[in-house]
Amino acid sequence: MTTEREKDSVTGTETTGHEWDGIRELDTPPPSWLMWIFYLSIVFAAVYVVLYPAIPLGGSYTKGVLGYSSREALDVSMAQLRKAQGQYLVQINAKSPAEILKDPQLRTFAVRGGLVAFGDNCAACHNLGGTGRHAYPSLADDVWLWGGKPADIYATLKYGIRSGHDKTRTSAMLPFGTGQKMTEPQTADVAEYVLSLTKRSKDAAAVTRGAALYGRQCASCHGKSGGGDQKQGAPALNDQIWLYGGTKAEIIAQIVRPKMGVMPAWVDRLKDETLKMLSVYVHALGGGK
Amino acid sequence: MAGKRGNIIVRNHGKIERNVTLMAVLIAITISIGGLVEIVPLFTIKTTIEKVDGVRPYSPLELAGRNIYLREGCYTCHSQMIRPFRDEVLRYGPYSLAAESMFDHPFQWGSKRTGPDLARVGGKYSNAWHVQHMINPQSVEPGSVMPSYRHLMRPLKLKLIQAHLRANQAVGVPYTKAQVAAARGDLRAQADPEGEHDHDGLLKRYPKAVVADFDGNPAVLTEMDAVIAYMQILGRMVDFRKYKTKDLQQ
Repeated sequence: MTTEREKDSVTGTETTGHEWDGIRELDTPPPSWLMWIFYLSIVFAAVYVVLYPAIPLGGSYTKGVLGYSSREALDVSMAQLRKAQGQYLVQINAKSPAEILKDPQLRTFAVRGGLVAFGDNCAACHNLGGTGRHAYPSLADDVWLWGGKPADIYATLKYGIRSGHDKTRTSAMLPFGTGQKMTEPQTADVAEYVLSLTKRSKDAAAVTRGAALYGRQCASCHGKSGGGDQKQGAPALNDQIWLYGGTKAEIIAQIVRPKMGVMPAWVDRLKDETLKMLSVYVHALGGGK
Repeated sequence: MAGKRGNIIVRNHGKIERNVTLMAVLIAITISIGGLVEIVPLFTIKTTIEKVDGVRPYSPLELAGRNIYLREGCYTCHSQMIRPFRDEVLRYGPYSLAAESMFDHPFQWGSKRTGPDLARVGGKYSNAWHVQHMINPQSVEPGSVMPSYRHLMRPLKLKLIQAHLRANQAVGVPYTKAQVAAARGDLRAQADPEGEHDHDGLLKRYPKAVVADFDGNPAVLTEMDAVIAYMQILGRMVDFRKYKTKDLQQ
């Protein structure tokens, strides 16, 4: 029912003019501060629409008098960053990683920049600080699969390992446990010989048998005394560093069906200056040659 | 607020409330206006997509992986939208373009990052890393809260792949007849680099597709193969070295 709007005698406020089963409702106005926020936000919206991109118009949109674009703002912001780092970046782009390492100031800059890039891109596999984990080599020691000179690290970073890039570092260990290459006892003998390289073998007879096999099948890549070959990424077998584990069972598994890691090529993904800073950072982790 | 001099609708609201036909007509008008404002711009959406080369429909295996990505709700923790901010561009790479998700139905921009953005994850990690990470995320990211997805090592359901391509066709993804016809072969070929398949045809139909035995088990085509094939193409279709901001006008 609609009734007359009337003043409520208790509060002095008008009623809405509606009545429900004898109950009438007060028409108390919202607090004025709330209404002011409301009006001001309308004014803000109107100003915003004039200044900034706002209304879609089919294939285009109102550009706003400021001509703001988030993408152009990014360009400006990136240019500011480059300007702040300008002198360093110019030098880093001009020099090789080895030359950067020789310049103390540049080296410090590159190590800091490399640290950040390493956290974003490399740590997921090589761990923070380059300490490595099972199947992902440590970069903080002086044992290298593909060389630890600044230029070696730089090349590995650029093109990766078995990455599919045209210039990738690549090599493959044959699966000696399949086909006719080695019988099961023979793989165990070779593993025993490999253990003996780090003085962990207890079976002299097996070592003698394994040594002959090793000489024929393994030495061409891993070296006569197990020193490895960085030209083809063949790991040394005479040290305590084991990418896929150093127990006899793990060594046999690697002979039978070798695991071979993949490192992505970063040349298309990161800027050359970033790759150089990363090379310097990795070199400076402690094991650089 | 609605005094005697309140506006015409408030003063006459009693009439609308008592006349169901009038009310229905007015509701229809109100909803139509809202609908027009929301729907009409969609007819011009093509003109808002940047003109860049390289974006192609997903290969059958990538599409199957994408379907699993949706099924598992990956988007609830991972966005696929790098915003044009300095910190994001420095961390992830070039900001995302509308063009890059034009064949996504629905797009996977997401609105929350519990995990990192995945818009440029393609090529960033090896396949073996992805498998290890899916099975036991904490083994490579000790602080991660991601659950294990070891159940993805089960066989991929193959039967419906052509229907998935056709469904995408129906909503505007330009799959060709040849692509639909070859879908089942392409699905197997992409995860079996050593097998007897038409790999050249696959790469011609889907340039840059990563052909690999993703999960290390060539005998079985698993859901893991599909998801990693999808991961490895994300963000790799457009060569950003070719474009500057002014080329990406919308």
